Amino acid sequence: MTLIGWAQIALVLTLVLAAAMPLGRYIAAVADGRVAWLRPMETLLYRLGGIDPSRGQDWKGYALAMLTANAAGFLLLFAILRLQGVLPLNPQGVPGMSSWLAFNTAVSFVTNTNWQAYSGEVAASYLAQMAGLAVQNFLSAATGIALALAVSRAFARGGLRELGSFWADLTRVTLYILLPLALVLGAAFVALGIPQTFAGPVTATTLEGAEQLIPLGPAAFQVAIKHLGTNGGGFFGVNSLHPFEGPDALVTALQIWAQAVIPFALCLTFARIVGDRRQGRALQAVMLGFVVAATAAIYAAEAAGNPAFAALGVDPAMGNMEGKDIRFGLPLVALFTATTTGASCGAVNAMLDSFTPLGGMVPLFLIQLGEVLPGGVGSGLYGMLVFALLAVFVAGLMVGRTPEYLGKKVQAREIKLAMLAVLVLPATILGFTAISVVLPQAASSIQDAGPHGLTEMLYAYTSAAGNNGSAFGGLAADTPWMNATLGIAMLLGRFGYVVPVMAIAGSLAAKPRAPEGAGTFPTHGPLFVGLLAGVILILGGLQFLPSLSLGPIAEHFALLAGKTF
Amino acid sequence: MSFIRPAATLVVGFTLLLGIAVPAAFTQVAGLVLPARSGGSLVERDGRVIGSALIGQDFTDARYFHPRPSATSATDPKDSSRTVDAPYNAAAGAASQRGPSSQALVETVRQRVMAAGPVSAPIPADAVTASGSGLDPDISPENAGRQVARVAQARGLPEERVRALLAESTTAPALGFFGVPRVNVLRLNLSLDAMR
Repeated sequence: MTLIGWAQIALVLTLVLAAAMPLGRYIAAVADGRVAWLRPMETLLYRLGGIDPSRGQDWKGYALAMLTANAAGFLLLFAILRLQGVLPLNPQGVPGMSSWLAFNTAVSFVTNTNWQAYSGEVAASYLAQMAGLAVQNFLSAATGIALALAVSRAFARGGLRELGSFWADLTRVTLYILLPLALVLGAAFVALGIPQTFAGPVTATTLEGAEQLIPLGPAAFQVAIKHLGTNGGGFFGVNSLHPFEGPDALVTALQIWAQAVIPFALCLTFARIVGDRRQGRALQAVMLGFVVAATAAIYAAEAAGNPAFAALGVDPAMGNMEGKDIRFGLPLVALFTATTTGASCGAVNAMLDSFTPLGGMVPLFLIQLGEVLPGGVGSGLYGMLVFALLAVFVAGLMVGRTPEYLGKKVQAREIKLAMLAVLVLPATILGFTAISVVLPQAASSIQDAGPHGLTEMLYAYTSAAGNNGSAFGGLAADTPWMNATLGIAMLLGRFGYVVPVMAIAGSLAAKPRAPEGAGTFPTHGPLFVGLLAGVILILGGLQFLPSLSLGPIAEHFALLAGKTF
Repeated sequence: MSFIRPAATLVVGFTLLLGIAVPAAFTQVAGLVLPARSGGSLVERDGRVIGSALIGQDFTDARYFHPRPSATSATDPKDSSRTVDAPYNAAAGAASQRGPSSQALVETVRQRVMAAGPVSAPIPADAVTASGSGLDPDISPENAGRQVARVAQARGLPEERVRALLAESTTAPALGFFGVPRVNVLRLNLSLDAMR
């Protein structure tokens, strides 16, 4: 680890926090319907859809609208992926996807997971990327933000039934937040070398006379929303490692900024909606603390390098370079990895499968903690609020008072629903992993022997259920079993989580908001920040400790003892 | 049901807007304003495309600087059900995806270290490990430095001239701050060919 390395990390994080302030304020204005510079477009969509943007929905209506819109998105994307071979804009001549792969991919992009069992330049046409996958990058991100806005409104006032209009939230978030940011970032990406063209692949004759087929495509705009929307699905198979998707360290720094800025900004949006700025800072502090700690752990583990290579006479000075490109440098690889897994993005700028055992365990654990650090766009905020309810509940148990969060009494119904949501992740991850390591047709997907093989399988279901989408790439994911079960894990992780959360929102919205009294437990100070961090670690993380011990931790000690598999 | 019409309208409407109209216009403007960058930063010599400035290519000739090992593969031309090693196959970028405790990986690295011949100093890690993209255009300055003597001898050039060219070709971190110093192998080899 070097000082200049830490300076790079500090600068990017500072830029994230600085931009989150105005952005958080702006998102709150959009949520209120106070932003209207694309009003004709907005009105046209409302008129065609028969939507009255001022008509609010209760939690069931909001959730049903969200589910219907996501189902429609799934159907259209599934059709495009199956039919891409006969649709236009297919200069590479790729065939339609198999139905298992199309199911997995469509679920993956609709749930904001962007797990990829295919490789972009080989198996997706320009049309499928641009009009199918990239559109879901926008809509799944807007869905997450809309849900977070609805949950935030539940805390704002008392005696509320309606949480807003899902249709209006989805439309406004897409038009006024995601689209302009993607255009600006996409333009920067073109200027820095990411291609944006409809021309087909180019055949080059190399200096030594070999033929090299260079894939191209309309990548820059899609890569921009891929990071802003914490989607993470690469235009090219090797994601942000591809020289066309991550041409240099400046691009990687921008991508880190883009995948963290909206989740951090939404904390401040929440604070504005509930009318107490300090609450947003407290949530941000917890998120930032975990991101910095995770970055330090990855940076240290990767900089130490692989002891098995050092024994062969390899200079450990550069750290572990297997699966990494030169241009980003380890500090930005560490920060990228921490934010992409903490933020539920899932893009990668280094191959996690080849990380040192402890370096690879950190991203895995960050996803298992519930994708709230800072979490995906929207999903990070509502996930964090679930943990906040559990934190005040724990505090309430300790002092024997009815817990309150922002003046709303937290009672048995909310805690039951919160636990239901929190249990979705371990049940899905550990359940599917346990089945898949003993079922022969599933276990044959594992590439590496020894504890690393278990980690590959564990990571796959963790990534899917956490709606992250990054991968330990050694696993053979394009099989009917893996495509189907990972698809189910993604659906459970997204919708199995969010429906109880919306029920909590509906229940809290109806309760009166009590004024702060002398006995109120303050939820903005360092005590609450520490308590919340502890609840996330213990409630979110502890149940994964046995599986981590059998996977990466066992591998770490085996490697130190000079054992390979 | 009252949910279906708004859902279908928004999904189809946004597909037309964000999936067709906006990216089509964006591509047009990008092609007009930044034709080289938006077209993949292609490099031409004598009117022929010889590669992209951003994508690595394979070099095995002693007269050239060599890139990092690449784990990309391609379909076997003799048997389409099998794949064969094909370093720097840009049509399908790939990494080894081997875990750190993998015997296969350690054995591969051992063979690369052996192939580097008897060495006095430890070998830079990037010279014996496969990159993540399989298309890494760069090598570290240390890795390049180890190759200067070989290239100079093969070309009959004084080592100082090759070393000076290497120093010129080293890319500084972006904005002098982000990333690490690196050497673009294709650019360095092009300027070697352009010498004298």
